[in-house]
Amino acid sequence: MSKIGDWDLEPQGSHVWRVGPEVGQLPALAREVKEAGGQLVALWGSDDRHLDAGYAIHAAFMTAVGLVWATCAVSAETPAYPDLAVIFPQADRMQRATFDLLGIKAEGAADQRKWLRHNAWNADEFPLRKDYNAVAPRASALAAVDGYPFIRVDGDGVHEIPVGPVHAGTIEPGHFRFSIIGDRVLKLEQRLGYTHKGTEKRFEGMDPDVGAKLAGRVSGDSHSAFAWAYCMAVEAAAGAQVPERALWLRALFLEMERVANHLGDLGYMGNDVALAFALNQFWKLKEEWLRLSAKMFGHRYLFDCIAPGGVAVDLGDDGYDLNRMAHRLDDEVAGLKHVYDEHATLQDRFSNTGICKPSLAAKLGLTGLAGRASAQAWDARVQFPQAPYDRLDVNMATQRRGDCLARAEVRFAELHESLRLIRDILKRMPAGPIRVALPAITEVREGLGWVEGWRGEVVVAVRIGADGKLDRVHPHDPSWQNWPLLEVGILGNIVPDFPLINKSFNLSYSGQDL
Amino acid sequence: MTTGILLQILQTLLAILLAPLLMGWVNQCRAWLQGRSAPPIGQPYRTIKKLFHKDAVLAHDASQLFRFAPYLIFACMVLAAGIVPTIANDLPFSPAADVIALVGIFALARVFQALAAMDIGTSFGTLGARREMLVSFLAEPALLMVFFTASLISHSTELPVIVQTLAHKQFVIYPSLAFAAVAFWMVSTAENARIPIDNPTTHLELTMIHEAMILEYSARHLALIEWAVALKLFTYSALGIALFVPWGIAPAGDLSALPLAVLALLVKMMLGGAGLSLLEAISAKLRLFRAPEFLGTAFLLAVLGMLTHFLLEI
Repeated sequence: MSKIGDWDLEPQGSHVWRVGPEVGQLPALAREVKEAGGQLVALWGSDDRHLDAGYAIHAAFMTAVGLVWATCAVSAETPAYPDLAVIFPQADRMQRATFDLLGIKAEGAADQRKWLRHNAWNADEFPLRKDYNAVAPRASALAAVDGYPFIRVDGDGVHEIPVGPVHAGTIEPGHFRFSIIGDRVLKLEQRLGYTHKGTEKRFEGMDPDVGAKLAGRVSGDSHSAFAWAYCMAVEAAAGAQVPERALWLRALFLEMERVANHLGDLGYMGNDVALAFALNQFWKLKEEWLRLSAKMFGHRYLFDCIAPGGVAVDLGDDGYDLNRMAHRLDDEVAGLKHVYDEHATLQDRFSNTGICKPSLAAKLGLTGLAGRASAQAWDARVQFPQAPYDRLDVNMATQRRGDCLARAEVRFAELHESLRLIRDILKRMPAGPIRVALPAITEVREGLGWVEGWRGEVVVAVRIGADGKLDRVHPHDPSWQNWPLLEVGILGNIVPDFPLINKSFNLSYSGQDL
Repeated sequence: MTTGILLQILQTLLAILLAPLLMGWVNQCRAWLQGRSAPPIGQPYRTIKKLFHKDAVLAHDASQLFRFAPYLIFACMVLAAGIVPTIANDLPFSPAADVIALVGIFALARVFQALAAMDIGTSFGTLGARREMLVSFLAEPALLMVFFTASLISHSTELPVIVQTLAHKQFVIYPSLAFAAVAFWMVSTAENARIPIDNPTTHLELTMIHEAMILEYSARHLALIEWAVALKLFTYSALGIALFVPWGIAPAGDLSALPLAVLALLVKMMLGGAGLSLLEAISAKLRLFRAPEFLGTAFLLAVLGMLTHFLLEI
């Protein structure tokens, strides 16, 4: 039995702990976590009124013992909880989103502006409440203008550039409001939420098997991470024992996803400094990788390969092809890294651009890949390894500089490490069945899954109702914590460097808009 | 005189018609060097044709200046193309404008481009215009210095005289021109919005210089601007040829040398275009505030060229 301060932690799966403090005690708990060097990972709410309770506010903390999932009951009459953003600034947007979706208010929070609500529903409507009918036609008219109150910068020669949500390239929609003098950025403010699809509402009443498909589509580039985290949560809730081979295959899929994304991003970063040669080389490799994925597992991005209870596809006799390809990629990527290392202009553009200092990263909760580039040495595969990572000895890649170069270096290191892991997995994968049926669920059960995706830790919390259908699913993308750091990382840089800095983070819009 | 006028017309038409071809060639070479399959060499013609067939969309706030600018820019580039000897050295236009006036013509086009970009009042237009002015006020003095180096050799700022001195008199090696040639390449990348100063193929609005200024243009206006961009690259290439490798340009009054001159022009343009794309393929774009250093270096090299002229060639 572990403890945080005076609170006893109840084990709930490997490296996951549960605690249920009084809602008034939440800040005290958060402070204990903070003082011990932990971080807030996720914050969400739930409507529990159909379970003879009020609302609930949930927070997931990263601590020395693993992930601590705190759940506090909130009264149905005045749904409110004390503000956590003063302790963990990354809570700010999650709290605002929780209010927009559920009407649970963070009492005393400095920033009470809307976040996910773009006039798709009225200010007094809360779509994640159980009594909100998302399908029925809307009764009241909606305001025509979003009217989001941006923070203005005043002064001589300051002017604003609004960018997006429609961009010239094929990227996701997001609005960026720059306040600049000349080409120097004084302030950047983001407005996201344009891809809000009501994913969490859609989960309600879904069969847990079908839910895996939806979970994997929360952010398409992190399909395997979300699908695995979701399945882990469902399996924890149902008490299912996943076959050994399925776990190894899941790790294989996750590492293949990491390789594909890192290859793409490294190419894009080269392209953003007009080195189109690099883009074409990296994307040629990525394309070969995706085609091999499609040939081996039936989908270029490995969609729907992970399913509750195990995996849907097995490794055939083409493991040899993958092994050979991993070897070849290792050499080719090393060659391309040499090109990057020796290219003076590229190094000049990458280094000292978009710096997030380690102290600031720790204060604001920068996480995942970008965090590791700013000396935030957290990697769930290393510190809190789920099977089969507990037998794989993952090497963590970290940098201290926190600039675009550091983020590129971490990607290179992780790329090589993933290729090594893939070869290791192929060599050591045990034989056996790949999927079991989930035990039938007849009472309300909860579970949480936690996976280190390529962008950072992906957390999915699941509650299954007594009817065996999904009652509440909250998928959390690490982009929630990292988007605000982009606002900070750009300060003092020049406007034409923003695309490069943005690309070096490469955060998900869909994953945080939900 | 009549042959002169005919040659002038022929030469200007040749420039207008061949300019997109040079652009297509550069794009093709670049694609090959990047390991992509290349678009057809005639793609710029198709783009221009397509744009002429579209209906123009104008911003509500656009004034007459915005509609008028593409025509003026195109006219400036045609005029510039008429001044630079490409195949024959016998040009009635030439006395009307020397290299200094040529710089002025380019500047006129640029000023109207920037004004048109600011006219519609979008943030990107203003951003691009501001950056364009930053780059050009550094590039123009360097360009003038390059011209002065060449002028010192031939004691004239008129292009036919410069070509005459270098190509049709006794062959002499001028070390000063080596410095000037490097400076000229650096300035032309900046003036033509190429890598490492600007990236003509980017979709990232925030990084653009030239492209940011023309974001709001469409249809025939955009076609004219695209054509003018191709024409500018052609004119700069012709300038480079006239200043540094003029051999092959037909001397005044010698019509029999014309076929060879056309052939020489095509070969030199092909080599120049391939060289440009090679340098572009291996370069990354400089950080915007490195542009002053880059163009300062160009200026310095041009001045060194002049010093070399006084030290070694007099």
